Amino acid sequence: MIEARELTKRYGDRTVVDRLSFSVRPGEVTGFLGPNGAGKSTTMRMIIGLDAPTGGSVTVAGRSYARHAAPLHEVGSLLEAKSVHPGRTAVAHLLALAHTHGIPRRRVDEVIDLAGLGSVAGKRVGAFSLGMGQRLGIAAALLGDPAIVMLDEPVNGLDPEGVLWVRNLLRGLADEGRAVMLSSHLMSETALIADHLVIIGRGRLLADTSVDEFTRQASGGGVRVVTPDAMRLRALLAAPEVTISSSSAEELLVSGRDAREIGIVAAQHGVPLYELTPQAVSLEAAFMELTRDAVEYQSAPADADRKAA
Amino acid sequence: MTTTTALRRPSAAPAPTRQKVTGVRVLRSEWAKFWSLRSSWITLGVGVFLLVLFGAIASYTYSPDAVAPSGPPGPGASGGDSDAVSLALTGVTFASLAVGVLGVLLSAGEYSTGMIRSTLAAVPRRLPVLWSKAAVIGPVALLLSTVGALAAFLLGAPGLDGEAISLSAGDDGVLRSLVGAGVYLGLVAVFGVALGALLRSSAGAIAALVGVLLVLPGLASLLPDAWYDTVSPYFPGNAGSAAYALHESADALSPGAGLAVFAGWVALTLAGAALRLVRTDA
Repeated sequence: MIEARELTKRYGDRTVVDRLSFSVRPGEVTGFLGPNGAGKSTTMRMIIGLDAPTGGSVTVAGRSYARHAAPLHEVGSLLEAKSVHPGRTAVAHLLALAHTHGIPRRRVDEVIDLAGLGSVAGKRVGAFSLGMGQRLGIAAALLGDPAIVMLDEPVNGLDPEGVLWVRNLLRGLADEGRAVMLSSHLMSETALIADHLVIIGRGRLLADTSVDEFTRQASGGGVRVVTPDAMRLRALLAAPEVTISSSSAEELLVSGRDAREIGIVAAQHGVPLYELTPQAVSLEAAFMELTRDAVEYQSAPADADRKAA
Repeated sequence: MTTTTALRRPSAAPAPTRQKVTGVRVLRSEWAKFWSLRSSWITLGVGVFLLVLFGAIASYTYSPDAVAPSGPPGPGASGGDSDAVSLALTGVTFASLAVGVLGVLLSAGEYSTGMIRSTLAAVPRRLPVLWSKAAVIGPVALLLSTVGALAAFLLGAPGLDGEAISLSAGDDGVLRSLVGAGVYLGLVAVFGVALGALLRSSAGAIAALVGVLLVLPGLASLLPDAWYDTVSPYFPGNAGSAAYALHESADALSPGAGLAVFAGWVALTLAGAALRLVRTDA
């Protein structure tokens, strides 16, 4: 379990991470989302102690990462894929990391197989493609059989087969009871893997929600109704919490009532319907809408009490 | 692909071996890291090769009539009169650059490649990494340089046969000087590690290394004479070369004092590197 409390990072007068609080729970895949430059990588670097927070704290299993006697068994992380000396072979790289924790050679071979690197294990990493580099980074993250797996943009540079592999791998890790955290700037990709979403923009928390909830809210775009009796249906649906707009004589856009309610009302009063369609906003569009606010927020820093989503 | 079957082990059951990070394990990791890079072998090989080659050549080409010593510029080679040991150690300057650069690559190289992130994620307390790097390269460079210095002397000895300055390994101070050169080069390697960790840039640290060891003594000669005579023996390069001089010259420290002063500089730089490693974001 990762717990960030009021986590803050400032470089000079630039605040990269701003009083960020969230949890990454075991048994779940938590998607850590935000546009480029939102502070995702900086947050992840603070989690494993590469950067020191300016304020607040972040703990891993109850204490700061550096205070753990065997940190690789707590958190396995992939930050930038090229966190490897290009002159070393994949095996030598993993072995060097394994030595620090007394992890046996057998485990190194295991993660190499797991990552599908068997054929290039003896090759120097400098010759690796971006995808192979990602696989090596994931192998290194799994080396310590950690309770928490934290990956920064793990599907970058992977081919479709590799993306599917990562998706299944992370699902499996979460199902085993591990906490999985992955960052991404792609909502659609993340929604396929994640259970939970932590969305940030300009270093601030924008949303801390489940994927289902986010999807449900994203679909709150109203219901399109096409009927020959639009005037009458409009009157029947009228209520304080309902807003209805119309773009043509036969068409209504209803919000405040879901499709089911509208269908029942129409049936009760014998209003024929040609079409009854919930207007889903795509997840990506909802995500962009959410993070656009963050950008606007940044341009008006005096507006301190505005709470995003 | 067959690898989609995640890990075999549920997290509830602890892995059979779950061991702590210890100083010895970090040392073992750094040892493995050092030898798993081709550049380590090459740089180390070049250093020892230059040490032996220049020493032997200087001994064979020695002629008592020549006025100036055949050595390279820099500390150590400037000493008016040559002896068998100073000729054998002609290559120390070149070797010091090689092992110093090796030290720099060991530490600063991790920053330029990004390896440092992996290293510090595994050892988030950080300092053991720096100590281990120094503890790996120092003794390795010391041992190989000492062997190289001995080889240079023994290979060069036939070339000086019959000359007035000829010495044998058993003569007074000869072994001490040769071993002193080895210790000096071991310390230079650690100096490189410290500079690399302090500056986090290979180019910057190599420049600083060359500047401190080779350029600084020359620059200092611009100082007023009285100051120069007082201060210059304590410069890292000058103190270091005093450590392996056969004959104590009047304007230099004794071998023991020279070694101590140079070790002090290295320790100081290492302390600075440690402070930066702990204090600043990786």
